[in-house]
Amino acid sequence: MPIATLAWQSLMNRRFTAALTVISVALSVTLLVGVERLRNETRSSFSNTISGTDLIVGARSGPAQLLLYSVFRIGDATNNMSWKSYLDLSNHPKVAWAVPLSLGDSHRGFRVLGTTKDYFQHYRHARQKALQLAQGRVFDDVYEAVIGSEVAQKLNYKPGDQIILAHGASDVAFARHGDKPFRVVGILEPTGTPVDHTVHVGLEGLEAIHIGWQYGAPLSGTATTAEQARHLDLTPKTITAVLLGLKSKVSTFQVQRFINEYPQEPLSAILPGVALNQLWNLIGIAENALLLVSVFVVIVGMFGMLTALMTGLNERRREMAILRSVGARPVHVFALIMGEAGFLTLLGVLLGFAALHAILLVARPIMESQFGISLAFGAPSFTEAGLLASVILAGFLVGVIPSYRAYKLSLIDGLSVRV
Amino acid sequence: MHAIQINNLIFRWKRDGATVLSLDAIRIARGEQVFISGPSGSGKSTLLSLLAGVTTAEQGSLQVLGNRLERLGGVERDHFRANHIGYIFQMFNLIPYLSMVDNVTLPCRFSRQRREKAVKRSGTPEHEALRLLDHLDMAHDELLDRPVTTLSVGQQQRVAAARALMGSPEIVIADEPTSSLDANRREAFVQLLFNECGESGATLVFVSHDESLEPLFERRIPLKEANRAAHPETRTCR
Repeated sequence: MPIATLAWQSLMNRRFTAALTVISVALSVTLLVGVERLRNETRSSFSNTISGTDLIVGARSGPAQLLLYSVFRIGDATNNMSWKSYLDLSNHPKVAWAVPLSLGDSHRGFRVLGTTKDYFQHYRHARQKALQLAQGRVFDDVYEAVIGSEVAQKLNYKPGDQIILAHGASDVAFARHGDKPFRVVGILEPTGTPVDHTVHVGLEGLEAIHIGWQYGAPLSGTATTAEQARHLDLTPKTITAVLLGLKSKVSTFQVQRFINEYPQEPLSAILPGVALNQLWNLIGIAENALLLVSVFVVIVGMFGMLTALMTGLNERRREMAILRSVGARPVHVFALIMGEAGFLTLLGVLLGFAALHAILLVARPIMESQFGISLAFGAPSFTEAGLLASVILAGFLVGVIPSYRAYKLSLIDGLSVRV
Repeated sequence: MHAIQINNLIFRWKRDGATVLSLDAIRIARGEQVFISGPSGSGKSTLLSLLAGVTTAEQGSLQVLGNRLERLGGVERDHFRANHIGYIFQMFNLIPYLSMVDNVTLPCRFSRQRREKAVKRSGTPEHEALRLLDHLDMAHDELLDRPVTTLSVGQQQRVAAARALMGSPEIVIADEPTSSLDANRREAFVQLLFNECGESGATLVFVSHDESLEPLFERRIPLKEANRAAHPETRTCR
């Protein structure tokens, strides 16, 4: 193939501009595949925000709302459910475990979750990963707290630090439980889930700090000290929600129906996976926009290549005429340009994919530790392969334009070119 | 058999356009060295395009080495040119990104026939290129290693001559090859072409408006007189 070596030699002669074209294609490919990979991972990380839990139970409301306040700590429960209902559920023959959740307090903007030690055992995220302690231990005493990684990092807390909880979501002086401080005993590893933004305490602790409170404010003249509170009955009357694990997944819908028709109290039970997907469909528009932007970047890169090829064409008319004079056919001229476009695109795609992995080498550990997102490394996924193939196809299609023009020019010019 | 035989040839760029070239009968024998003269507008470029098989006439016949070019398809004419015709341009003959030897061996990439002739003569196309360049006094190490764009115009034209002679084509067409050379260099270049064509037995068609070179040739065809459609004041090329 005489044209292949000629195309190569010609390209080497213009290696600087060719390199620029390859780089612009490569960068756009890096962005495109990078966005796709990130998108994929955030989606799966989101739908695995809570896994291992079969049902989430709360006072009667819509699935999205229950999910938002119980898992994402966004908004508040319209109603609480009684402790008695919780006991009933945990004694249900098909239920393996039940973890109570109690929300409503906060610490300097971070939500406080009252729960039991079982929470740390049963809560799962990102494909059945359990919560891990980075430092310290799980709470044991009434006034002990385990904080998420984000809380520890933002507020610079270490085990042993004292924290004061506030009533409600706003941290104002009159709503602080200043008389009963908590001690940080443990810090969790990052998970990339709302757990990172949460302060975990025992249900008894929450109960203790609310002794003598009514309607969101302390009653005057009835102050109980922290030590006195220890000796009172600290079983809560109400909780916000319950995480349920079942003995067998087969009974999920049966237990769900039982809860939804629970006669003593209006309750709702939702399947977290289903509700998470519904929620993602709402917020997933943003990630589509991101992909769209990166597709446009690829188109811009392609236009860059087209511009470079078209500009080069006029300078190369003399070259074409010489090749024609020694017997090159117009088809050879077409192939010369086409080969160049195809080669630049292929090289750009390969380089872009390699560059992405160079970036991943650095970014992966950071993403993992900061956001709990583990990005895939190595071979392209099915969708990514499709994207890469589309870029290559686009490169060849773009190449047709200057190639056809060169073909026509070489037919018109023949052996004469006015320079 | 003649190298070139033209009969009642009429050429127009467009079907309803003006006649650009109209030739009765021109015959050029094999091995002949012919000077085709004529000012701009006499139809020189058109005649060269026809001889090289880049375009074809709609009327009359043009035979090159016994082949009626107008009866060949585009691809066949490209093959024909690759196999049988060496072509020298007025200037800028060389492909800037190829070395001197690669420029000379270029025809071998498109014609197996010329490649085989070169191999038969010198072993490899590269050796044949060096042999030709040596004849033209260009095979010096300090010249061979230089980018061809740094060669002088005269040196470039000699490399172009070597390329035209590569693989011994039957016909060498030179389109004003001396017009970019100094006056005292022109004659030497023409003599070089004579020698090389004579040695390989090639027919030389030398086109120029430089009448001073005319006496060197054994035969002259004044195109302005031969072309009944010549319009000196209008250019024939578009």
